[in-house]
Amino acid sequence: MCDQTFLVNVFGSCDKCFKQRALRPVFKKSQQLSYCSTCAEIMATEGLHENETLASLKSEAEKVQKKKAKRHCFVLHQVAERVEALGQFVMKTRRTLKGHGNKVLCMDWCKDKRRIVSSSQVCHEHAVTMPCTWVMACAYAPSGCAIACGGLDNKCSVYPLTFDKNENMAAKKKSVAMHTNYLSACSFTNSDMQILTASGDGTCALWDVESGQLLQSFHGHGADVLCLDLAPSETGNTFVSGGCDKKAMVWDMRSGQCVQAFETHESDINSVRYYPSGDAFASGSDDATCRLYDLRADREVAIYSKESIIFGASSVDFSLSGRLLFAGYNDYTINVWDVLKGSRVSILFGHENRVSTLRVSPDGTAFCSGSWDHTLRVRGMVFCFPVCERREDG
Amino acid sequence: MTIRHQGQQYRPRMAFLQKIEALVKDMQNPETGVRMQNQRVLVTSVPHAMTGSDVLQWIIQRLWISSLEAQNLGNFIVRYGYIYPLQDPKNLILKPDGSLYRFQTPYFWPTQQWPAEDTDYAIYLAKRNIKKKGILEEYEKENYNFLNQKMNYKWDFVIMQAKEQYRAGKERNKADRYALDCQEKAYWLVHRCPPGMDNVLDYGLDRVTNPNEVKVNQVCLCCIIMYYQQALMRSTVKSSVSLGGIVKYSEQFSSNDAIMSGCLPSNPWITDDTQFWDLNAKLVEIPTKMRVERWAFNFSELIRDPKGRQSFQYFLKKEFSGENLGFWEACEDLKYGDQSKVKEKAEEIYKLFLAPGARRWINIDGKTMDITVKGLKHPHRYVLDAAQTHIYMLMKKDSYARYLKSPIYKEMLAKAIEPQETTKKSSTLPFMRRHLRSSPSPVILRQLEEEAKAREAANTVDITQVMSKLDRRSQLQKELPPK
Repeated sequence: MCDQTFLVNVFGSCDKCFKQRALRPVFKKSQQLSYCSTCAEIMATEGLHENETLASLKSEAEKVQKKKAKRHCFVLHQVAERVEALGQFVMKTRRTLKGHGNKVLCMDWCKDKRRIVSSSQVCHEHAVTMPCTWVMACAYAPSGCAIACGGLDNKCSVYPLTFDKNENMAAKKKSVAMHTNYLSACSFTNSDMQILTASGDGTCALWDVESGQLLQSFHGHGADVLCLDLAPSETGNTFVSGGCDKKAMVWDMRSGQCVQAFETHESDINSVRYYPSGDAFASGSDDATCRLYDLRADREVAIYSKESIIFGASSVDFSLSGRLLFAGYNDYTINVWDVLKGSRVSILFGHENRVSTLRVSPDGTAFCSGSWDHTLRVRGMVFCFPVCERREDG
Repeated sequence: MTIRHQGQQYRPRMAFLQKIEALVKDMQNPETGVRMQNQRVLVTSVPHAMTGSDVLQWIIQRLWISSLEAQNLGNFIVRYGYIYPLQDPKNLILKPDGSLYRFQTPYFWPTQQWPAEDTDYAIYLAKRNIKKKGILEEYEKENYNFLNQKMNYKWDFVIMQAKEQYRAGKERNKADRYALDCQEKAYWLVHRCPPGMDNVLDYGLDRVTNPNEVKVNQVCLCCIIMYYQQALMRSTVKSSVSLGGIVKYSEQFSSNDAIMSGCLPSNPWITDDTQFWDLNAKLVEIPTKMRVERWAFNFSELIRDPKGRQSFQYFLKKEFSGENLGFWEACEDLKYGDQSKVKEKAEEIYKLFLAPGARRWINIDGKTMDITVKGLKHPHRYVLDAAQTHIYMLMKKDSYARYLKSPIYKEMLAKAIEPQETTKKSSTLPFMRRHLRSSPSPVILRQLEEEAKAREAANTVDITQVMSKLDRRSQLQKELPPK
């Protein structure tokens, strides 16, 4: 597990305004200085200096991007050559949850490994009626005693759960987050008291639940942010977000800065999920590929794609060991990938409309997929054939 | 033929349409494409017809996939209107038999420049109505009446266009007319689908920004340059090393991964037997062997598991460094807890852990202490970060190693349960399935936990407090003059 010393948040006196802030290195006329993020942004908006044109800036940007990409790098399946291949998995649907009258858009597991919350046009399980029509994000609090959800109402609201099923849940609702456009994803941090949200307005934000106060906002995406995931590490305070600008960005929750960005997808990134060790993350996109990015090597290290997979991936998640990547697609199927080898292990059918959300349970015993066919399916591994003959999914 | 993509600018999620088109073009290749032939349908001979099974076979061989997957893909190609059925036009699936299909003309592909407008639809319905009265289906009649009302002001135009098209159609030969009729019908089935059929063109909500509009301005470029300059300077780990780490992690945890290796005694989702969850409850009396072994993988695994943390805390107490974990937990609470109480919490932590002579004083170096004390003048939720990191590293690099060699851990490991595999599977007959009860609500569990904590706090005596009380008492006795 990485110690996150990589982040290097230097705090000190800014070379321009001399205030005590989080600093980042900038180059001014080949000289390296340390600016705070405000001064750095001002420098970016300063306008063209002499000898600079838009074209020259563009070529410089391309040059520096190419320089970074040129560094020699292994891809994951090369390093994993000696790892034993996986056999054939037989996964069966063990629970089919019908109850939503409409497309299931999002779901989350409770830490007790048995409960889930899911959302569509009406939040089920305690049946909370939201005033908007699409509830695109929902999350369970770590204690299991509250849920958060939001969508087209541009807000994220927290509902404390009670044992009394007759209690009117809407009465206790707390409006926490306010964005200027739809809410696409939300997640509690390590406690019930803080929520991280992502929105169609292109920003992510960290909120205090009790007061509704905005603690930190994260700007940098050039388009709608569609997904986010918090790092599992104890020492790092980072999260990754994916957006319609085809970028996946890693943020430092403390300073609000983007510490790493990856732009190799060809279309909107619908879903991001950290590898269980926290050293990498996977993303699923409308370009029908899933990709793995290594945070320490700062590059893309694997692409999970096949010529026959044409439809976009809407949702991804890892199994507990990180060996398997489950991805739900818009062609109603779920593909299971061998993360290390880059090959597809299995394809699962069953849903009658696109798979919109997919999560592995917290103890890794099963995974649940939600679909536009109004159902959720919990699947577990029933049987595993040993490797003897490779089928065509090689 | 240049195919421009209407709506792609606002529907980049429809990127798959381009890929389907590439596949369909391949299918129409005279040498390597699907086998086509003339077919007699009713009284006309339809050219370039193919059977469903031929299409499926072609897909299987071209893409090297199973027939199930090919069937799924084939269904989509038909649903999006790239191939239409001749005999059962409303049933948009690819039948794996001798049913006949034809390729849709690119003019009618979903990605064309012109949207499927209501006016065009009205003209189409009117034309069919003129051809043979009463031919429209129920839902089409409803649509027709609705459009009539909606576009009453241009209904004359609609009828005129319909008549023109009908007249032009009559001048074509029978085969062409038949083909065009089929194509048009297939097009409208996709773009104005009948009730009960899924609307395949439904892509969900519109996204706010148009990703195809690349706004590259000066600010944007400056930010990109700054970011990449910074990234180039950053020291990265060699990819072989970091990827090696990823592989190692996977291998280490693979036996714990229930989906890969199963779990003992059995996976509750498969057998409906909840023993696995009972044996692995949060603060179970005796944990399982697999769980205890996992604590030895790395420090994070130990800390994250409540039982592991409990055992570690017990060990630290014996080493008289229990305050380290206590401090770390207090810092976590400061960072993630109620933000309105940050100031009070920071003060409390200072009094308890950092102040000279504090009851649970933690041992950190002078520099870190200076930074922390300075920061506490203006407390915020990250004010204790430096101290917390120091203490975490101390526990990880020092205490953790000793813990793993300690009798406490070894005893845990020795006592740990190794459940036997039970193969009793739940019956597939629903009425014979074991009656499943809902697990206790987390709300109730939290209440019980808090009650238990309160009881424990009341029962356990804080030895330092007792000692200080005894000290105080003996001091007082000394001060008081003997009676």
